[in-house]
Amino acid sequence: MIPGALREAVARDGETIVYVPRERLLEVMTWLKHTPEQEFDYLVDVTAVEYRDRERSLEVVYFLRSLKRRADIRVKVELDPSEELWVDSVWELWHGADWLEREVFDMFGVTFRGHPDLRRILMWETYAEGYPLRKSFPLRGRFSRAEQVRQALNANPEAHYSLEELSIADAAGDLPDEMRDRLRRGERGVIPEPPSP
Amino acid sequence: MKRVGEVQSSNYLLAKFHDLVDWAVNSSRANSLWPMPFGTACCAIEFMATAASRFDFARFGMERQAFSPRQADVLICAGRLPFKLAPVIRRIYDQMPQPKWVISMGACASTGGIFDNYSMVQGIDTIVPVDVYVPGCPPRPEGLLYGILLLHKKIKGESLFDAVRRRDEQPLDEKGLRLPPETIDEISEPFGNSVHQFRSS
Repeated sequence: MIPGALREAVARDGETIVYVPRERLLEVMTWLKHTPEQEFDYLVDVTAVEYRDRERSLEVVYFLRSLKRRADIRVKVELDPSEELWVDSVWELWHGADWLEREVFDMFGVTFRGHPDLRRILMWETYAEGYPLRKSFPLRGRFSRAEQVRQALNANPEAHYSLEELSIADAAGDLPDEMRDRLRRGERGVIPEPPSP
Repeated sequence: MKRVGEVQSSNYLLAKFHDLVDWAVNSSRANSLWPMPFGTACCAIEFMATAASRFDFARFGMERQAFSPRQADVLICAGRLPFKLAPVIRRIYDQMPQPKWVISMGACASTGGIFDNYSMVQGIDTIVPVDVYVPGCPPRPEGLLYGILLLHKKIKGESLFDAVRRRDEQPLDEKGLRLPPETIDEISEPFGNSVHQFRSS
């Protein structure tokens, strides 16, 4: 194991939990994936926990599995909720982390540095009330019900798709003008040109 | 003012004619409703049971389920409606041709139900006008059938010559709301056990 990278390791009830400082996360994850005796080739889930005890830190949790060795490990990164929440993205190691990290970003506001497309995934992109699963978030949201209804009714259902999603199978070139206009208004960057024949 | 017993020839005949037209049109409409199912949750399972052979709402003229809003005249919202789906159901409702009716099936569609939280519409009547509310979590198929029969009753009581029926053709105001904001806040108020929770907590 990489020296100094483990803050704490707990093995209990047949499960292994490893606490890693966030500066060393990418290093540890690379090691866990590529070292021959480890080979954690499958990222099961990425999630986060904020405890009711305000003294405890917010944890970003990675569930890893080695399909070959039939072994599991849980990697946790502790973040201070009063400071900026960020960790490095593990998208380069497991592409499946894409939507999992987007969900953690959406619900907790943790920024994943190096993520290719860090947008909200469950709430719509213009959602302005904050991060729903944080303990500081009121159950019914911050806005009045009327304001929530107004914002929801004025949202564009088409805007839930990214240009990348719409450009699958070169569909972006065939989009109706109306939808292209709406996407442009959503400030999604430039629409890719249709491929030349 | 005409006295009782005097023959009110033209008005009387006109009223009878209106009644006859209303009866014919309303019977046709009520007995051949084309539902547009908008199933989002477990109520949709009960809706499917209602549509299937044991309960079979085709007995009441709903033979053809229109999965296209352009060919439907009753929107059945079966299940909870998140805010993210609010513009979708609004657009589906707008796409349905007049005359159109809405059945709100289940506690969540009618009031938000147990989902008194940041992500859920507190009753679809804040988004679209609702004709029949079916209570239950989820309602039994008999409950939905009863709601459909109530809708039949309502349709048969309508009149073609009543302009008020068409008031919802352009319902959204300049803010994009169907109801005034105070009304929405009022009907979205928590009730039951959830009054003990506060917005700020």
